[in-house]
Amino acid sequence: MDYTLHIAAAHLTSRKRQTLVSLTGVVLGVAFFLAVASLMQGSEKDFIRQLIDNSPHITVSDEYRGARLQPALRRWPEGAVRIAHVKPQTETRGIRGYRDKLKFLQALPGARVAPVLVGSAVLVFAGHPVGIVLSGIVPEQMAAVSVIEEKIVEGSLQALASDPNGIVIGQGLASKFQLGLRSTVSVVTADGAGRPMKVVGIFRTGNAGYDESQTFTLLKRAQVLLGQANRVNRFILQLDDADRARTLARQIEAAVGYQTTSWQEASEDILSLLVVRRIIMYSVVSAILLVASFGIFNTLSTIVLEKTRDIAILKSMGFHARDVRRIFLLEGAIIGVIGSIFGVLLGLGLMLALSRVELKVPGLSDSVHMPIWWGWDQYLLAASFAMLSCIAAAYLPARRAGGLLPVDVLRGAA
Amino acid sequence: MSAVLRAEDLVRTLPGELPVTLVNGVSLEFERGEFACIMGPSGSGKSSLLYLLGLLDVPSAGRVWLDGEDCSGFDEEQMTDARLAKIGFVFQYHFLLAEFTVLDNVLLPMRKLGRLAADAAAQRGQQLLDDFGIGEQARKLPHQLSGGQRQRVAIARALANDPPVILADEPTGNLDSAASANVRQILGGLARQMGKTVIAVTHDGNFASGADRRIGLVDGRIDMNWRPA
Repeated sequence: MDYTLHIAAAHLTSRKRQTLVSLTGVVLGVAFFLAVASLMQGSEKDFIRQLIDNSPHITVSDEYRGARLQPALRRWPEGAVRIAHVKPQTETRGIRGYRDKLKFLQALPGARVAPVLVGSAVLVFAGHPVGIVLSGIVPEQMAAVSVIEEKIVEGSLQALASDPNGIVIGQGLASKFQLGLRSTVSVVTADGAGRPMKVVGIFRTGNAGYDESQTFTLLKRAQVLLGQANRVNRFILQLDDADRARTLARQIEAAVGYQTTSWQEASEDILSLLVVRRIIMYSVVSAILLVASFGIFNTLSTIVLEKTRDIAILKSMGFHARDVRRIFLLEGAIIGVIGSIFGVLLGLGLMLALSRVELKVPGLSDSVHMPIWWGWDQYLLAASFAMLSCIAAAYLPARRAGGLLPVDVLRGAA
Repeated sequence: MSAVLRAEDLVRTLPGELPVTLVNGVSLEFERGEFACIMGPSGSGKSSLLYLLGLLDVPSAGRVWLDGEDCSGFDEEQMTDARLAKIGFVFQYHFLLAEFTVLDNVLLPMRKLGRLAADAAAQRGQQLLDDFGIGEQARKLPHQLSGGQRQRVAIARALANDPPVILADEPTGNLDSAASANVRQILGGLARQMGKTVIAVTHDGNFASGADRRIGLVDGRIDMNWRPA
């Protein structure tokens, strides 16, 4: 064993109780760091996963990012062009030439696409009206870009294909009106057109609002009902690699001209909130370890005071100031290493206990387990931070010990 | 015979509002194999002179040559290296590390110097302890030994790196007469049989009587006429 490590270990074992108290501080610090970090990271990743799974990775909508420029302004962007008294053209909503654009999007590698026509309607059953979102879809294409097919609890999404008047509704809506498969409801659109439709599928996502208002029908039926023949107003894209969404969205927008939004852009405010939340979380859990480092500082300062004569004799024997500093830094590091190991073990126990806690979240019909992130990076982070705190706490006592002049101590001791 | 340790016009003054001069213009030479004692009344600067000779302290003026090398320009690092390889210290109190066994205490300077492999160092450490009659105590902790045995361990530790100079500050100050006699015999033997230069600061006239040379020090100056009361 290295002689400095030997001396460091001897110092720590000579003050067992104080060393144990310091060690406990680090163990608890690392354990709580892990428990809180894994819970926060787990909830964050769970949230993002749900965001990615349940929302389109990219949405192309029938809107433009900015006001459309007049041809003269497009032709001479640097020119002194001024156009007055412009009468805006009335446009029919929807994506123009959607079939060509759909072909272009379908040709993109690693992307699946579904055309959708979304509109508002009123569902009437037994004289009771309720506002709904009616999405016209092509079932097999929709199944490829969303998880809705997995959420079907009765009937199927594919049943829409064989029943032109079929409608798929959420369980919330079904419960509200006591609807079941093959129940007939009336769907009325804004222009007053109504049509009886048969329930061919019921889904449950767990999101109460969505389950009460979202409905699906065939694209062609929606086009007729909403008065937008041969139009869609949305393309939904799902990518093999969700992280590509931002870049690809920019490329698609440049190609098709319509506003194309990636999931990151759509959730930018929430994602930046998560960053703030992460900063707050790490500040709090770091504070625990910071407090623990004061315990180490106290222990090592006491050892320096107690071992003043030993330090003096070591230096008179020919130990350098850096050797003495190393001894005390090693003492901090030993506490850090042992504290990290036991802290990680205790942290794992806490994480396991937390992962078994069941919660009923408002807005969700199912109870959920605490989302815990088991990734190795947080163990590394907790242990690194513990080591850093321990070595930082040892630094001042180490510097003091290294700076002791043996002659001063020997004169006092003589 | 050649001078292993030489001091020229050594002065040590403690700065302050009222500066105190501990050592005042001391010039000395010590030969290889010489056993010398520095004596004088309390506060005469004996220990301070020893610390200057042992490169533990820096003189305010004057020079020290160790093994033919002028140490006056040494920085702390060089002084530490010189102490490790060329000087062994024995103090009034044994200053053994309480948590280390007797053998580990003796091995410490060797492990720091790193000149010997672990096995060879252990063998030498054990041999030194055997030489001083405490070989069987090697695995014990210092608190399990008597005062005289501890001081013998301290001497063994001072010899660990085979330095040419041994400096002892009141080495018998805490010992009874039998143990004192034993330590005197050992230190004398180091000079005469092993060729070490042994310089001891002492109040003990009996101890000094066995030395080759007795140097009197009064008020920081050499006074060869000084005799203990």
